[in-house]
Order: sequence, then C-alpha cells, then structure tokens
Amino acid sequence: MSLWNEALAWLLDPVTYTGEGSIPQRFAQHIAITLGVLAVAAVIALPIGVLIGHRRSGGGVVVVLAGAARAIPTLGLLTLLGLGIGIGLGAPVVALVILAIPPLLTGAYSGIGSTDPATIDAARAIGLSEWQIVRSVELPLAAPIIVGGLRSATLQVVATATLAAYTADAGLGRFIFAGLKTRDYGELIGGSVLVIALALVLDACFALALRVLNRRSHAPSSTARSEERSI
Amino acid sequence: MKWLTQNIGTVVDLLLAHLALAVPAIVLSLLIAVPLGRIAQGQKWLRGPALAAVGVLYAIPSLPLFILVPSIFGTGLRSPATAVIVLTVYGVAVMIRSAADAFGAVPESSLAAAVAVGYSPWTRFWGVELPIAVPVLIAGLRVVSVSTVSLATIGSLTGISSLGTLFTDGFQRGIVAEVVTGLALTVVVAVVLDLVLAGLGRALTPWTRSSQTGRA
Repeated sequence: MSLWNEALAWLLDPVTYTGEGSIPQRFAQHIAITLGVLAVAAVIALPIGVLIGHRRSGGGVVVVLAGAARAIPTLGLLTLLGLGIGIGLGAPVVALVILAIPPLLTGAYSGIGSTDPATIDAARAIGLSEWQIVRSVELPLAAPIIVGGLRSATLQVVATATLAAYTADAGLGRFIFAGLKTRDYGELIGGSVLVIALALVLDACFALALRVLNRRSHAPSSTARSEERSI
Repeated sequence: MKWLTQNIGTVVDLLLAHLALAVPAIVLSLLIAVPLGRIAQGQKWLRGPALAAVGVLYAIPSLPLFILVPSIFGTGLRSPATAVIVLTVYGVAVMIRSAADAFGAVPESSLAAAVAVGYSPWTRFWGVELPIAVPVLIAGLRVVSVSTVSLATIGSLTGISSLGTLFTDGFQRGIVAEVVTGLALTVVVAVVLDLVLAGLGRALTPWTRSSQTGRA
C-alpha cells in the first residue's frame, strides 16, 4: 500500500502543479495532441467514409483495411516513424493519425451505409439532390454510429498519446517514462492514474452524448426500431 | 536482412517470449469470458450493467495498466505474469460481449427442443448451446487474438521481453532493420494465430459445411 501512498503524495504535492513539466502543462499538451490528431484524422477519414457509405460500394476494402490496421503494433509504428522523422512530435502525431483513421472511417461508412434504402428512395422521390440526401437524411440518421466511431478513435488516441512521450517531450506519458527511468514509483503510478482518469472521463462524456443522440434519432418511432433490431 | 541473419537467435527468443505472453492471455480470456458471458446473457437484468463494466475496462489505456497491475497483484514490473494479466483483462473485456452475443443468438426453439428430449441445464449447455455458439465465439476470439498480439509489444516499455523489445532496442540504437523486423513478425504472428483460430472454428463446426459437401 505504500506505493499508493507515494502516488497520492506525488499527486497532492504542490510542486508537481507549477513550473515546467507540471501536471496542468502536461495535461494541456496531452489534450492538444489528442484534439489535433482527431481533427486531422477526421478531415481525412469522414469524407471518404461518407462517400463510400453513400455509394454503397467499396465497403469491403474499408473492413479489410480496418482489420489489418488493428494488427499493426502502435509502438512499432511509432518507433519506426521516430527513426525516420527524428525526435519530436512529428512521429507520434503521424502514427496517431494513422491509428485514428480506421475507426473513424468504419464508423462513417457503416453509419451512412446502414440507412434504410426505402428512406433514401423516399427522399429521392420528393426531389432531394444527392448532397441533400447525405446532409439531411443520411448524416442525421448515422450520427450515433459516426459518434461511436469517434469514441473508439478518441480512446485509442488518448491512450496512445501516452506513448508520444517515448519520442517527444510532451503529454502525460512523460511522468510514466520519467518515473520508470528514475524508479520514482510515486510519479510512475500517479502519472498512470492521471492517464486512466482522463480516458475514463472522456469515455463517460461519449456515453452521455450517445445516449442523447440515440434518444433524439429514435424518438419518433422508438418501438418499431427496437423491434427491428432484435431480429 | 543482414541485421536479421546476425541476430536470428535473439529474434527467435523474443518471438517465443511473445507467444508465451499472448497465447496464455488469449486462452485465459476465453476460459474466463465464456462462463461470465453465459451468465450475463442468462440473467437479463445483469447483461446491461455487466457489459457496461467491461466497457470501462476496455477504455483503460494499456501502458498505465502495465504499471498499475504490479502494484495491485504484487507481480513484478518486469515479470511476464504482469503482461499476461494485462492482456487477459483486455481480452476478457472484448470476449464477454462476444460470448453474451453468441449465447443470445442460440435459437429459443433449439433450447426448447433440447429440454423436451430430456437434456438437463448442464448437458444442454455442453451439448447444444456451446456448439451453436462456436462460430460467434470464434469470431470474437479472432478479434481478441489480433489485438492481444499487438498489445503485448507495449510491455517492452516496462522491460517485459517480447517482439516489442525489438522496437525499444532498435529505436534506442537507431537500427531501422530491427524495428522493421519486429513490426513484420508481430503482424505475421497475428495473421498465423488468426488462421489457426479460423481453422479451429471450421473443424469444430462440421455441420456448417455439410450442405455444401452434400452430406446433408
């Protein structure tokens, strides 16, 4: 239990909250890396996913690519890019973008692609253009699944941004690597607790957002929909 | 290639060490998740909370878990047992959902028929439910297997030997060939285990092929 006391002492020590490499600074870096990576990955993945979902072809390629991406070890990608690009934020950011694309792409593709064809035909019949169908029919209906993909991507990026500290002086992972090197168990465990807390809080936010989205998109015909799903 | 031929002994050792972490974790995930998934599926009120709880487990980042597990279980920071526990936690988190889905997809009529011809709950589980659940269980286990093989490399950061050691060592010494070897081998291990599980799934469910071969 003394290890946990050390961690608690580290977490409560005012010194760790001020100056260079303080908890607030590392925290801000971690969040900034996560948001930046997600923004870049979303700009790349979402339009492609929506296009594939809307055209209803090429989905097989997405599934295969997403499956293959899962087999690639993050640390290997990170160290390889680190050797190629050099020490700094470049390598982890590129590695994280590559990691975040598959879940975003899969979410957008499967969300848009799962729209009921009858609904799309109806929209087409009343004169909506293809773009209008995407924007005001498919995207709203697919929102929960797309946000689900964003949730997986976010959790993966937040967790893996910890590894960014292996090749760059940034993020909450710094505490873990510094603690490992100096055998400072307070910093090591305290830093780990911070990363886990951040991930769980983000996950809870997404769970809440999804609940709201689901309620909204299912409100008009919730009974019919839930019956459909149980088959 | 030159690096690989000069260091083949080390690479084989790390490959074996990697398998010694991943394979027990995959097997343990299955053994723990199947009964829990079956129980969660059987008790309707339990299903939601149980799946939410394992969802939280899955949200925990891996490197911090490699550090917290030793302080909770008393295993060493560099001990292979730590890696097996961490990998099993994630494996169970994924596998319980698959197991609950697998048992949930067993047709009510099959269960009723089994009861009607005199199966007890215990023999019905082994003789009817489990065989019918095999395809979905195998699908879930393949997901677990791929992610376990990939995740096992993270342990190298805290000093647990695996193919990931090729990443950390290669990075620190600036040897690109070493990192590439680690990447390639990790993917190969994942693919081979995936093929083994797919084959196992087919071998366990001969009836799914009977209509094609004309035996039915």
